[in-house]
Amino acid sequence: MDLVERALAGERLALARLLTQVENDTPAGRAALDRLFPRTGRAHLVGITGAPGTGKSSLANRLARAFRSLGDCSPARKVAVLAVDPSSPFTGGALLGDRLRMKDISGDPGVFIRSMASRGAVGGVARATAALASVLDAAGYDPIFIETVGAGQSEVEIVRLAHSVVVVDAPGLGDDIQAIKAGILEIADILVVNKADLPGAENTLRALENMLELAYPAGSAERRRPPLLRATATTGEGVEEIVRAILEHRAYLKETGGWQRREQDRLRREFEALLSAALVARWREQAGSRAVHELFARIASREVSPSQAAEEAVKKTMGCE
Amino acid sequence: MTDRKIRVLIAKPGLDGHDRGAKYIAQALRDAGMEVIYTGLRQSPEMIAEAALQEDVDVVGLSILSGAHMALVPRVLELLRANGQGNVKVFVGGIIPEEDIPALKQAGVVEVYGPGATSETIAAAIRSALPDDIVI
Repeated sequence: MDLVERALAGERLALARLLTQVENDTPAGRAALDRLFPRTGRAHLVGITGAPGTGKSSLANRLARAFRSLGDCSPARKVAVLAVDPSSPFTGGALLGDRLRMKDISGDPGVFIRSMASRGAVGGVARATAALASVLDAAGYDPIFIETVGAGQSEVEIVRLAHSVVVVDAPGLGDDIQAIKAGILEIADILVVNKADLPGAENTLRALENMLELAYPAGSAERRRPPLLRATATTGEGVEEIVRAILEHRAYLKETGGWQRREQDRLRREFEALLSAALVARWREQAGSRAVHELFARIASREVSPSQAAEEAVKKTMGCE
Repeated sequence: MTDRKIRVLIAKPGLDGHDRGAKYIAQALRDAGMEVIYTGLRQSPEMIAEAALQEDVDVVGLSILSGAHMALVPRVLELLRANGQGNVKVFVGGIIPEEDIPALKQAGVVEVYGPGATSETIAAAIRSALPDDIVI
């Protein structure tokens, strides 16, 4: 049996090695993704995002554990966590510390935790995060929690990747203007104020409640208003409600066609990104390195604009001059 | 071109509660361009082996100050082998009496570092212990 078959048969080391191949974008990893693709599209991808120190890892830990003991399917669900931490832009190294908060699920054979470095990608997830999620999906993990880099104002990339996004806030991180600015409220399918046992939690809840009232005026049912929940991940308080909200959002997406729409958008974007990369490669190959250099020189000397040059290149490459 | 990084698990087995050394090494190896997974205090050998498996690491660094290294280290090595990860390079750091070092190496530890070992030495030893196809 090769790595893909072994991973599909439930061999965890094979799965771990496959994830490495895919993360490193090796030829074997790419071939594996092609083979696994027909088996993907089943898992519920749940993003967990928010500022650093809001408790995303602790919450992921609690949620994974809660889904393991949900008892809504037999055999019990296998749950995965993909935890992304930033790579250093200077050395390329990374310190991945999310497992630190996931000790009580790390011994459960039905939970697979994988730490990922962002490897230069911005937007809260790594370039290979979607691909790793597909592998885990094909291997039967559902749900798959994707914990983003903690930043707070830029990890909107998770919306494109996940079916449901849980935005985690905590008391004492700044005034309500921060929450408006962030744009992070707009991406929330579920809003959680974690560390609800800390002083100031009521203020944070009130500020978010006000924000939601502004964004979703009473009587307008155009968009679904995200539930606002409170939790204390360290004790597990409020986790049950979050689990329920995640399951409800999944059902909502399935009912309204949102699930399919999100899938289609994601696959189309992936296809288009790959197509443009392939076309650029084709153009480079066809034009030859000298012509490529000459064209870049003409652009640099402001002789032609980038868009004129691109149009010219397309005409030549597509053979429709 | 593939983007291969050295992946290292830094773990503290046993019950001592002092992780300054482990954190220092974790940070130093990050600065040396490696991807370092830090799992924190009070890890059982089983937890360490499981994390090494899920993370598919190339290297495991164990920091032990409790004196229990002769029990903990061979157990971690045994579990790694049982999981099919006998190729993972294991390094030990902490307070390890000189006379225990040969036995640890015999058991499969690549190198043992005490106080005063520099991070450059350790990073270089990790690189030279790994096969050439891993670059960083």
